[in-house]
Amino acid sequence: MAEAVSVLLHAPRTRRLPNRRATLCAVIAAVVLLGSIVVVGQALAPAATQTDFAHKDIAPCLGHPFGTDQMGRDMLVRTIAGLSLSILVGLGAACASSVIALALGSAAALCGKRVDAAVLWLIDLMQGIPHIVLLVLISFALGKGFWGVSVGVALTHWPALTRVIRAEVLQCRTSGYVSVARSLGTSRARIALRHMLPAVLPQFIVGLILMFPHAILHEAAITFLGFGLSPEQPAIGIILSESMSYLSAGMWWLAVFPGLALIGVVMVFDVVGSGIRRLVDPNSSQE
Amino acid sequence: MGRFLAHVAIKFALLMLASSLVVFALVSASPIDPVSANVGQAALATMSVEQRAELSEYWGSDTPFWERYASWIGALAHGDMGMSLRFNAPVEQVIAQRALNSLALMSLAWVASGVLGFTLGVVAGAHRDSMIDRFTKAYCFVLAASPTFWVALLMLIVFSVVLGWFPVGFSAPIGKAASEVTFLDALHHLALPAITLSLVGVANVALHTREKTIDVMAQPFVRLARARGQSNARVIVRHGLRNLALPAITLQFTQIAEIFGGSVLVEQVFSYPGLGQAAVVAGIGGDAALLAGIALVSAALVFGGNLIANILYGVIDPRLREVHHG
Amino acid sequence: MGDQMGTDAHAQARAHASGESHHHHTHARGSVHRQGCHLLQVEHLSVSFRMYETRGEGLRDFLTAPQSTVFAVRDLSVAVHEGEIVAVVGASGAGKTLLADALLGLSEPNARVEGHIWFKGQRCTARDLVALRGHGISLVPQSVASLDPLMRVGEQVRGVAASRADARARAQRQRQLFARYGLDEATARRYPHELSGGMARRVLLCCALMDDPSLIVADEPTPGLDTDLAMRALADFRQFADQGGGVLLITHDIELALNVADRVAVFDGGTVVEETSVESFRCEERLRSETARRLWRALPQNGFKVGTDA
Repeated sequence: MAEAVSVLLHAPRTRRLPNRRATLCAVIAAVVLLGSIVVVGQALAPAATQTDFAHKDIAPCLGHPFGTDQMGRDMLVRTIAGLSLSILVGLGAACASSVIALALGSAAALCGKRVDAAVLWLIDLMQGIPHIVLLVLISFALGKGFWGVSVGVALTHWPALTRVIRAEVLQCRTSGYVSVARSLGTSRARIALRHMLPAVLPQFIVGLILMFPHAILHEAAITFLGFGLSPEQPAIGIILSESMSYLSAGMWWLAVFPGLALIGVVMVFDVVGSGIRRLVDPNSSQE
Repeated sequence: MGRFLAHVAIKFALLMLASSLVVFALVSASPIDPVSANVGQAALATMSVEQRAELSEYWGSDTPFWERYASWIGALAHGDMGMSLRFNAPVEQVIAQRALNSLALMSLAWVASGVLGFTLGVVAGAHRDSMIDRFTKAYCFVLAASPTFWVALLMLIVFSVVLGWFPVGFSAPIGKAASEVTFLDALHHLALPAITLSLVGVANVALHTREKTIDVMAQPFVRLARARGQSNARVIVRHGLRNLALPAITLQFTQIAEIFGGSVLVEQVFSYPGLGQAAVVAGIGGDAALLAGIALVSAALVFGGNLIANILYGVIDPRLREVHHG
Repeated sequence: MGDQMGTDAHAQARAHASGESHHHHTHARGSVHRQGCHLLQVEHLSVSFRMYETRGEGLRDFLTAPQSTVFAVRDLSVAVHEGEIVAVVGASGAGKTLLADALLGLSEPNARVEGHIWFKGQRCTARDLVALRGHGISLVPQSVASLDPLMRVGEQVRGVAASRADARARAQRQRQLFARYGLDEATARRYPHELSGGMARRVLLCCALMDDPSLIVADEPTPGLDTDLAMRALADFRQFADQGGGVLLITHDIELALNVADRVAVFDGGTVVEETSVESFRCEERLRSETARRLWRALPQNGFKVGTDA
C-alpha cells in the first residue's frame, strides 16, 4: 500500500552549517591579524609622524594606497599605527573594566540582598548619563590625555557584563551541585574555585572580548572630540578629527580609509567574540 | 497604582540627585583651570565681583567639597546654574538657546529610528534567514561597528561636499540674521544630521527588535495560533505586535541615552549648535558650570525617558496591573 | 490532496473484529471505518536532525566531532478511527511531541520529516497539512503558556474571523463552549494569568473545539493537574470522541490513558512498537512487545514492578 518512496513532509531549512573547525580557524586567523596590526603599528609609529612636504596632499595611488595628508605623511602608515594604538588602549581599558564587572557582579550575587541592590542601583545610575557625556566628564576630571580616556573607558563599560556575571553566579549558587558541595562541608573558597569559576569563565571571556569593539569605538570617539589622546599621537580619532579641516578641500581619503580600517578591526573583534561564544556556549554548540 | 507611581518617582528622584553629585564631583575634580585655558580670560575680565565670588564659591579649591556642592545644588533648585565662562552668559540661558536645536534633531532621529528600526526588526525576525533578514543583519552589523562620527563624516563628504545637496554645517545660513532664517532654512540644515543620527539609531533598534521577535515567534502561544491555521502575517499582527509593543517602548526610551550620545558626535561633525557641541566646547575650554549643566540636562532626559517607560509598563501590562492593584 | 487509498483497504473496511490485526494495529470495540478509511493514518513516519556527535570530553573530540543524522522518530505507524481515542504512550522526552509537530506541519526548522500521512483517506502533502491546521485537525497543546498572556481569554478562543457575520457566529460558539465546560462570562474577559490550571486546560480545549475539528491532537494535556482534574479533562476528550471525533492523545501516563482511551500505541525508541486495544492491557499475555509488558507490570494493580526483573 505505501509506496517505497516516502513523501517529504518537512524539509530542513537549507542553511550553511558553521563548522566547529572552521569557526576555530576563523578565530585564530582573526587573532593573528589583530596581533600583527598591533606589532606592525608599533614598529611603524616613528614613521607615522615623519613629514615629507614634497609628497603632500597625494590622492590614493599605488605608492600611497591611502594617500598622504597635508604634511606629506603616508596615510596607510598613520592608519596602521593609529589602529595599533587604539587596539592597545581599548584592550587595556576593557580588561580593567571587566575586572570591575567580575568583582561587582560576584559581590552582587554572593554578598547578600543589600549589596545586590546597591550594585543594581549603581548600574542604573551609570546608565542614566549618556555614555559619551560621562566619558567627556571623566576625561575632563582627569585633565584629558591618555589617562583620561583610558580610565574613562574602563569606568564606563562594566554595567552590561556585571549583569551577565551576576546572573550567572546567582544561577550557579542556587544550582544543585553547589548546594550539595556546601552540605558536604566544602569550603567557600573551594566552591568558588572549583564550581563557580568554570561556570562563569566562558561568559566572562566572551563578554570581555565583545567589550573590546565598544571600548575601541569609544576611545576613538572621545579622542575625535578632543578629550583623548594628544594630537602628536597617531590615534585614529586624531586622524579623523584632523581630516575635518580638509574635507571641503576635497581630500576625502583622509577620512574614508582610516574609518574603514577602524570598522574592519571592530568587525574582526566581533568575529573573535561570537566565534568563541559559539564554541563555548552549550546552547549554540549544535549550530 | 498611586503607590506604584510614588515608588517610581522617588526612585528616579534619588537617581537624579546621585547623578548630580557624580557630575559635580567629576567636574570639580578637574585640574583644567578655566583661566589658564585662556578662553575664560576674556570672560573673567568682564565679570562682576559677585560673579567672580560665585565662581570660586562653586569651583574654587579652598572651600570644602560638600559645602561647594550644597551651595551649587541650592542655587540649582532656584534655577540658577551659574555663569558660563565660554559664552559669557548664564548657563541656563545657553542651554535654553541650544536645547531647541538639539531637541529638534534628537526627536526627529528618535522617532525615525524607532519606527524604521521596529518595522525592519519585526519583518526580519518574522522571516528568519530570508533576504530581508540577511540584509538587516548585515546593515546592523556594519553600522554597529562604525563610529558614529565617521558615518557623519561620510555623509558630509557625499551629500554636502560632493553632491552639494545639503549645507556643510551650522543650523542656519552663515551671515543671515536670526530673524531672517526661515523654517525651510532650518530644516535644510537639520536634515543631514538628523538622517545620520537616525541611520545609526536604526541599527540598534532593529537588532534588538529582531531578537525579541524571534523570541516571541518561538513562544508556545504563537505555535498554537499557527496550529489553528492562522497565517504568519496574521499571527504577527495578532500576537506578535501585542507582545512586542512593551519591549519596544522600553527599548525606545532607553534609546534616549544612545541618541543623546550620538548627537554629541554628530553635532560636532556638522558644527550644529546644539547641547552636545556646547558640552564639547565647555569640556575643552574648562567651562565647568556649563559642562555640569549640560550633563545634568542629559541625565534628566534619560531618567525622564526611563520614568515614562516604567509608568507605561505598569499601565499597559495586565500582569503588572494586577500586582499594583493587589 | 493525493490519491485515494487502495481499494483493497476499502473492501476490508468494516470487516475487522475487535482484536484482529490490520495495518499494524488491532481494533477496539469503538473503532469504525466510516468512509471505508481511517480518520488519520500515519505510515513510516521519520523525523531526523543533523547533529554533531558527542564522543569524548576533550577539546579535540569537541572540535573534530563529525555531523551525522539522528533519527528521533523512525518508521512510525499509527492510525486513528472516528469515535475513538488513541493514546500514544511512552517515556517523557522520547520524542512523542515530534509526532504532533509533524501532523500539524509545525516541525522545528532543522528537522527533516518523511513518511505518509492520510487524513480521511486522502494522502497529505506538506502543504495539505498546513491547510488542515484548524480546518480538520486541531491541537490541544501541552503548555498553559500556549495562551497569549496579553490577550483576553474570550478573544483568544474566538480566534480569527473571516467576516463580521463569522465574528458573531464565533462569539456565539465561544459562549456555548464556555457554558458547556463550566466557564462563565467573566472568565472570557480575564487574562490567562488570572486562570487556574484546570480552567486554562478547558480554555485550551475550547480553542481546539472552536474550529469544529474532526481530529484533536492532544499533546500531554494533563500535566500539573491533580488526578481528579486530569480525569475530568480527559472526560472532555471522551465526550468529543463519543460525538464522532477522533483523538490522538499523546501522554506518558499509562494509567490515565487506559482509563480513557480505546486503543493504546506504545511508543519506544522513536517508534510505535505495538498498537493494541485497551482490553489487551487486562492480561500480560495479550501484549506482544516487551515495552508494553513492562508498562503493564508497572501498573498499580500489577504491583508497580518497574524494570525487567519482574
